[in-house]
Amino acid sequence: MKTNVSLCLCLAAAALACAFPAAAQTVKIGLISSYSGPGAAQGDQIDKGVKLYMKLNGDKLPPGVKVELITRDDTGANGDVAKRIAQELIVRDKVQILTGVVWTPNMAAIAPLTAEAKIPFVSANAAGAKVVGMSPYMTRLSFTLCQSAYPLGQWAAKKYKKAYSAVSDFAPGHEAEGCFVRGFKEGGGEVIGTVRIPLANPDFVPFMQRIKDAKPDALFAFNPAGKQATAMMKAYGDLGMDKANIKYLGTGDITTDEELQGMGDAALGVITVHHYSAAADRPANKAFVAAYKKEFGADLNPGFMVVGAWDAMDAIYTAIREQGGKIDPDKTMEILKHYKSATSPRGPVSIDPETRDVINPEYLREVRKVGGKLANVELETITTAIKDPLKEFEKKK
Amino acid sequence: MEAFLASLVSVAFHGVAYGMILYVISVGLSVTMGLMGFTNLAHGVFAMAGGYILVSSLSRFHLPFPLALALSFVLVAAASIVLERLLYSRLYGASELEQVLFTIGLIFMSVAVARLIYGTLQQPVVLPEYLKGQFSLLGRDFPAYRVFLIVFSAAMIAALWFGVERTLWGAMVRAAVDNRAMAQAIGINTRRLFTITFAVGSGLAGLGGALGADIVAIQPTYPFEQLVYFLIVVSVGGLGSLRGPFVAALLIGITDTACKYWLPQFGAFFIYAATIGLLLWRPMGLFGKRT
Repeated sequence: MKTNVSLCLCLAAAALACAFPAAAQTVKIGLISSYSGPGAAQGDQIDKGVKLYMKLNGDKLPPGVKVELITRDDTGANGDVAKRIAQELIVRDKVQILTGVVWTPNMAAIAPLTAEAKIPFVSANAAGAKVVGMSPYMTRLSFTLCQSAYPLGQWAAKKYKKAYSAVSDFAPGHEAEGCFVRGFKEGGGEVIGTVRIPLANPDFVPFMQRIKDAKPDALFAFNPAGKQATAMMKAYGDLGMDKANIKYLGTGDITTDEELQGMGDAALGVITVHHYSAAADRPANKAFVAAYKKEFGADLNPGFMVVGAWDAMDAIYTAIREQGGKIDPDKTMEILKHYKSATSPRGPVSIDPETRDVINPEYLREVRKVGGKLANVELETITTAIKDPLKEFEKKK
Repeated sequence: MEAFLASLVSVAFHGVAYGMILYVISVGLSVTMGLMGFTNLAHGVFAMAGGYILVSSLSRFHLPFPLALALSFVLVAAASIVLERLLYSRLYGASELEQVLFTIGLIFMSVAVARLIYGTLQQPVVLPEYLKGQFSLLGRDFPAYRVFLIVFSAAMIAALWFGVERTLWGAMVRAAVDNRAMAQAIGINTRRLFTITFAVGSGLAGLGGALGADIVAIQPTYPFEQLVYFLIVVSVGGLGSLRGPFVAALLIGITDTACKYWLPQFGAFFIYAATIGLLLWRPMGLFGKRT
């Protein structure tokens, strides 16, 4: 009986081999994102970025090479789920490259698997500063918070004397606060107070009243985009803090392009520093936004996560192209480490070979109305290429 | 000293306003769960529906704000009659566990439906000009919308209290809830009474969701995310009481705001600490009647 079974299996395998001739080289890419749960809106952005890139850039693959995308839902910031589905993707589906991931803890949970199985991973979003260093097979094409918070602090110190920092009480919030405060102090400013606001917080007014009464010149804010960021801006507007000459500053996370229309006029006048705005007038971005609107609807704007996913896919396609479709993990990492693109929607982007982390441009933007709609209008380019400042600080130590 | 007094005034105001927000989003539950005794965890579904109706009528159909508020009450109440007749009425006598399972299921379905219709992003509320900006009083600025919320909720609790404690309808509801069989025996049409009461409760939930929408954002996961606040208000207030949730919301609103203002580093815990403390002190809630 046993021999029969194995014979059958052999035959089946042979039949399969006949049915799919070896001529077409298929590269399997695993995409881990949040399709359900509280992060579904963000996961959707990554999914759209990946699929839009694949749809428009089929010609960037070598002839005869195909890409097969396998998507899995990590259901939110759940390290254990992310780890389980990454394992399934690696062991069962035999993917050769992994990408996606909204959440830093999920990326951290996957790290040991990528090292053990030698599967290159390109982060399309997860932005915690240190997580890329957790596995030699991890790299990132999204951003780090410090890349925007630190230059914002430096810039703000030139215009404002006293600042107050108010961030959501979770790891990215702490990172943003630390980097802004450092930049602001180095520029000669004084931080007169910091507050960390719980994530599950329906009312921001008491915190904002406290800040208003402390009379700073500028308020640095960081929350997850959407209802949190909106609620805080509304509290700012409701309390008339703009009239009290307190300027609202933040990283671009608080005015993401996809959420901006829903945030309403509360967001008007907010100054942010970030690497991507859908309103930017670079030709590469205009083409990108037009393609996005054509595919997903004229009312939608791509947010920075779409761009993170788009650039991650561009890096992956580069690696596939340069290897002619035969993926070798170490060679792939070598190519990824030296990835450079001048045609990203965000401007010139590359990977720092030393840290495997992204090198970004950063822009100073203000929320204004353009043609009746809210937009992050870029005012100036703060830097064309910034490495993650946190890792640079550590080197100096 | 003057600065302290000024901050005392703003903490009192914001505390009352926050209490009113909590009350407004929970008031419907104080009727369906507090008064009727149905463990209606799907309260947030009705509140969310009210919020979506408000948002759509304001930004899509450009209706005036008062009309949009009225619509959110009427439409949700009407829809709830259908739900009550088809589903809820079958579970009036059922155990709490069955009611919980049923209403939780309803939440899951409504979250999926809301996502299908409106997408995952939050919906902006376009307030009319007269409710925007600040309202000056004694040299302090108060957000106009919150002033409106305080006045409106005060009127709402007065009307509700009058309806339940002073009208024949209220007396019949109280009688039917305490002893349905006896109420029926003396000729009260309890079936119709419960349908109407449930519709009023759901309509209030819709109205509350609409009123609170500017502060508590309307998006598909609303019924889950706000559930804990509804339950805190109703359980601290005590089941079977209308004034309980009102007092509870005020108490929690003021203490929570005070704590966030003066000790922001403990801001996250306070609302829960207060709830636990109050329930340890009075396990039935502040004005709880049922044992």
